[in-house]
Amino acid sequence: MSSKTIALYFQLHQPYRIKRYTIFDAAHDHMYFNDEGDGDTNNRLVFKRVAEKSYRPMLTLLDRLSEEHEGFRFTLSMTGTFLEQAEAWTPDVVETLKRLVARGNVELLAETYHHSLSFFYSRREFETEVNLHREKIFATFGVIPSVFRNTELAYSDELATWIAGHEYKGILAEGWDGALDWRSPNHLYKASGTDSLALLLKNYKLSDDLAFRFGDRNWSGWPLTAEGYVERIHQSDPSGQIINLFMDFETFGEHQWEDTGIFDFFNKFVAAWSRSDNTFATTSDVISQHSPVDTISMPEVITWADSERDLSAWNGNALQQEALKHAYALEAEVVQSGDKELVADWRRLLTSDHTYYMATKWHEDGNIHAYFSPYDSPYDAFLSYMNVIRDIRWRVMQHRKVL
Amino acid sequence: MNILMLGWELPPHNSGGLGVACYHLSKSLAMQGAEIDFVVPYTAEHPDIDFMSIHAVSSLSPLERNELGVYDSSRTVTSRELPDIPGGSKNIRDIQRRYVSFVENFVQDSEVDVIHAHDWLTMEAGVRAKELTGKPLIVHVHATEFDRSGELSGNPIVHDIEQTALLMADRIFAVSKITKSIIVHRYGIPADKVEVVYNGFDPASLDDGYDYDQITYRYLESLKEEGYTVVATVTRFTVQKGLTHLMHAAAKVLEQYDKVVFLFAGDGEQRNELIDLAARLGISDKVIFTGFVRGKKWRDAYSVADVFVMSSVSEPFGLTALEAAHHDNALIISRQSGVGEVLNSIFRFDFWDAGLLADQIIGLATSPALLGEMKRNIHDEYANLSWNDIASECIAHYSSVRTGALV
Repeated sequence: MSSKTIALYFQLHQPYRIKRYTIFDAAHDHMYFNDEGDGDTNNRLVFKRVAEKSYRPMLTLLDRLSEEHEGFRFTLSMTGTFLEQAEAWTPDVVETLKRLVARGNVELLAETYHHSLSFFYSRREFETEVNLHREKIFATFGVIPSVFRNTELAYSDELATWIAGHEYKGILAEGWDGALDWRSPNHLYKASGTDSLALLLKNYKLSDDLAFRFGDRNWSGWPLTAEGYVERIHQSDPSGQIINLFMDFETFGEHQWEDTGIFDFFNKFVAAWSRSDNTFATTSDVISQHSPVDTISMPEVITWADSERDLSAWNGNALQQEALKHAYALEAEVVQSGDKELVADWRRLLTSDHTYYMATKWHEDGNIHAYFSPYDSPYDAFLSYMNVIRDIRWRVMQHRKVL
Repeated sequence: MNILMLGWELPPHNSGGLGVACYHLSKSLAMQGAEIDFVVPYTAEHPDIDFMSIHAVSSLSPLERNELGVYDSSRTVTSRELPDIPGGSKNIRDIQRRYVSFVENFVQDSEVDVIHAHDWLTMEAGVRAKELTGKPLIVHVHATEFDRSGELSGNPIVHDIEQTALLMADRIFAVSKITKSIIVHRYGIPADKVEVVYNGFDPASLDDGYDYDQITYRYLESLKEEGYTVVATVTRFTVQKGLTHLMHAAAKVLEQYDKVVFLFAGDGEQRNELIDLAARLGISDKVIFTGFVRGKKWRDAYSVADVFVMSSVSEPFGLTALEAAHHDNALIISRQSGVGEVLNSIFRFDFWDAGLLADQIIGLATSPALLGEMKRNIHDEYANLSWNDIASECIAHYSSVRTGALV
């Protein structure tokens, strides 16, 4: 059994959820994200709850593990909309993040500020968002990311080419069997269509053991122990060099509640892994320590969501396609208005979560969609979104009248 | 003349047009000297009604009665213990049984000259009252189970109740020729037993100080400033209303002319289907769903509109068309809607003919002259449908039944 490197990457993101917004609000109320009720569209309540259940305990644990285990290294990525909300409602979480990053064992990734799928709808907007994100990360943490991850790990050769052309050295993607064919995700690859862009692939089986299955008592692997997981990692691919465990940060404490034992598990797992001759690495460590073993091409878009692993979770049905069409159709007029608040509100509508709530897949993935949705139904999510689009258009029209 | 009026709802506790029609008809009858005992299944205050006696059948609240629905005959609700109706969860049949026994007692010691029962909900009670008193029974059909179930088959129990009562009735009032035709052809009732008694319209009832201020639908008003035409429908989202046909017509309109926006005011079991259909047709942006509207939002839905479409597959009458006319809308009405029989200055289409409907909408949207002309002319017509005239007709029919004459 060869020694292995684990690259942990946790995603921190919260959208600005739209309150119940009717046609009677359009052209009157321009505050879309300020629900002050008890429901799940109250962004402040949701953020504070997740901070309590996940951000604070997990960051504290990561901080302690960094202290206790010299070789413990990992990667985080956080969206601009996450950071804005953290600054507004839980500044202590931002302070803890700064302290962690300052330790030097944490790498931060580049991504879109608004957690959008803009790459597939507007190249100009995508570039703006990537720049906004870089500025935000630099302003907050004093670092400039050199590895990119796109929203929902949505990846294609075309994206890789763009990223390689913008001075990044690596990019993350889903290690989906369809693209890998016989190859293993547990090596470093080169992105097709680029000279040297490193491609790190998520080991979704081992990642999902934690992210989706950990607390599931019907899962054959339950209960998962730290030793059992180490064993599982080694057995899954004896010759694999790098195990990329990519997941939502909220896996810890929010998707998997504390009573599943997820924190205790992670604590013991890091200790167990550190005892052996195995190592932890950031994504940049992996890129500098390994050479690509092959080139991988993904001409079609591959994401880390749903059993299809495509964009259908966000644009698979007519509701989602309509919402995206009308949101992006407003880009030129909104940006040209020069109205900073209008632009900021419009960008918040590009966050991919909005169309995720409109998904109408009613199989197993539908349960996951419903779990994450603050709305009664995809149709309610859609109606509120479209009414907000109308209000944005109304605001654009007011600018037009002034001219 | 003492009329035992068997109803299911009265304003302000009504969930639809049935209560409105019963209210106005009773009021006009009372003004012409009739003494009316009006029976409702629930207990509530009716502050605006002093022209007749209202009798409550049970301690059911109007809200609970609303949950039972007047339209959906299969609904089961209300688990509250009611002292006057034993048993746990109540369905509409439990309430109807209670209604019948109330009427049985009532006729023992009350003067009744004629029994007037409205729709299947009270038909059993009407038949029972006739058996006990020997007085003539008028069955007033505002909608049959065929109408309520749209293209579906409907509830066989309801069909049975309707069939029996229509056979037992001394005279049947149908709210339109369309409804009369259903009664004759689908229930096998002789045509000379069925009178068409249209609904009236009382513009004064909408005269409550309402003033349109252009605020509620401000977004739509801003589109109108840019030259858009607003096409509205105000209705329950059920199969009976033919709204999928209207949606297909909307798509055809927008293919040709994009300065039209469609306002779907209301709610119902077809809501999600309609939202999805609009998205599939790629016209979501031009189709606005308000949810259930009442009060000012309801009035303003008419006021913001230029054109009102009634796309019903089967509409016995269709009061909303007259409400729309009152708010200066041009009307496009399916040939399957009874209200079209009393109006001239309207466009008509068969509910399935989305092409023709689209053509009519485009015609109105692109010709201010045509739109203005139709609005003006319908405004002159709708106000002539007087409830007083209709009450006089009813009294004549009552009298002829009592003397055994056929008119």
